[in-house]
Amino acid sequence: MARYELRFSGAGGQGLITAGIILAEAASIHEGKQAVQSQSYGPEARGGASKSEVIIDDVPVDYPKVTKCDALLALTQEACDKYSDDLKDDGILLYDNDLVTKLPAGNFKKVGFNIINTAKNEVGREIVANIVALGAMIALTGVVSRENGEKAVLSRVPEAFLELNKKAYAAGFEKAKAAAAA
Amino acid sequence: MSKKVGFLQGNEAAAHGALYAGCKFFAGYPITPSTEVSEVLSIELPKIGGKFIQMEDEIGAMAALLGGALAGQKALTSTSGPGLSLKQELIGYGCIAEIPCVVYNVMRGGPSTGMPTGPSQSDVMCAKWGTHGDHATIALMPASVQETFEMIVRAFNLAEKYRMPVHVLPDEIVAHMRERIVFPEPGELEVIDRTTPSVPPAEYKPYDTKFGDVPPLAAFGSGYKFHVTGLNKLPDGFPTTKAEYVQAEEERQVRKVMANVDEIVEFEEFMLDDAEVCVVAYGSTSRSARYAVNAAREQGIKVGMFRIKTFWPFPDKQIKALAQKVKGFIVPEMNLGMCSLEIERCAQGKAQILGINRVDGEPINPEQIIEKIKEVK
Repeated sequence: MARYELRFSGAGGQGLITAGIILAEAASIHEGKQAVQSQSYGPEARGGASKSEVIIDDVPVDYPKVTKCDALLALTQEACDKYSDDLKDDGILLYDNDLVTKLPAGNFKKVGFNIINTAKNEVGREIVANIVALGAMIALTGVVSRENGEKAVLSRVPEAFLELNKKAYAAGFEKAKAAAAA
Repeated sequence: MSKKVGFLQGNEAAAHGALYAGCKFFAGYPITPSTEVSEVLSIELPKIGGKFIQMEDEIGAMAALLGGALAGQKALTSTSGPGLSLKQELIGYGCIAEIPCVVYNVMRGGPSTGMPTGPSQSDVMCAKWGTHGDHATIALMPASVQETFEMIVRAFNLAEKYRMPVHVLPDEIVAHMRERIVFPEPGELEVIDRTTPSVPPAEYKPYDTKFGDVPPLAAFGSGYKFHVTGLNKLPDGFPTTKAEYVQAEEERQVRKVMANVDEIVEFEEFMLDDAEVCVVAYGSTSRSARYAVNAAREQGIKVGMFRIKTFWPFPDKQIKALAQKVKGFIVPEMNLGMCSLEIERCAQGKAQILGINRVDGEPINPEQIIEKIKEVK
């Protein structure tokens, strides 16, 4: 596969950096590809636009940041406005359709569902919204296999929360597939 | 047996590299974007009988570092720009008293508090000239997580070998990005320990040049008693103003590094054989440069990269030779032209020099470098 560039964006505290790390681990450790994860955030511990970027390639990754985005996750309107400029025409925008209501113009594929609400009300905890989003991103991009994505999630999570995260990952994966088909 | 792998941040790799090198003492004061080094070592050092101290500020931390090093331990501190400014008085003390230690400074925007979470490369001159007076400086510039591990080990080796503070200067991008790392096995990387005295305590002098430009260093508490001061000193460590000692000592402390510059200076040459344009880059910026060089080569442009791995001492000889060969240098850096000044000094007007300078907290992207490569006449 050629260089593939993903960006997870939203507000500080939403777990986007963690989602990026897990995806990069899935690619690098579990799938044997090359991956680099980097991030950019403000000085605030919570709030403020935050992004986490993952570059995946078959060859070693030189420039560790996004040049032209293949897939973007936006969990807030602010992040969507700020980080969607460089999304490729054949790229993918995954967004929370409760929170992102003004979509950017562009020919890229737009897939939205209630990511945070799914975590809160269907899975049971809002804190796993990042894992719902990660499952969705993997379903849409196929950048790692469903199994390797899940392995990476579970290897990062304390034992007491394995089931919760498994459920979150599966919910995100299924909902994204359904939303993309709709 | 397959080697242990991990998916780590540069800062985490730095902490593990320090442990590999035999570091048993950390003194610091947490500061973004270097805090993860303290986090890891605060957990790991106690497990191996090491000591972790969080001091009241960076000045105290640097003082504690010198104390720990004099007690015979391999000592590390981690900080960022504002902390590096505060540490300068004690870094100078480490230079004149010849105390081996490693200062890991993650470069963020400055001056002052600047941009705590934004990347920068603007401390390269501060590492060299931040403390006053003549002194030699060694500063290493990692560009990947794996290299951060290896360079911390090398920094300890150089500190121990030359008996002086050594800087490692990752930018925030290298320090915070995560990559796969393969942990070297014990014995795989060279680990150097300082030379200790071969004479009995009564005959020991801490600055005795009959043992060469780097005199052996005894550990406090090992039965050797000696005086340490920030003043110019005699071979026994006590202060002096005698001209012949002061001149000779100052010269020796610079010579011990500069006479070994070929061994200390490391660099990487990438596609330079037939290059007409040379991008000189370091740290994360060299990753943008590599991307740009590959892309420009695809367009038929003869360009290569000289990657600085040891910033101080500066690779004078290599840049001088390249200046005879190439039409121009492109110098991308996240500051307003610090490396460019050194390139100008070495190139002596023999080649065009074009800087790309960003201090807005954003990395220099490959596109900017490709555009600039095309401007070389």
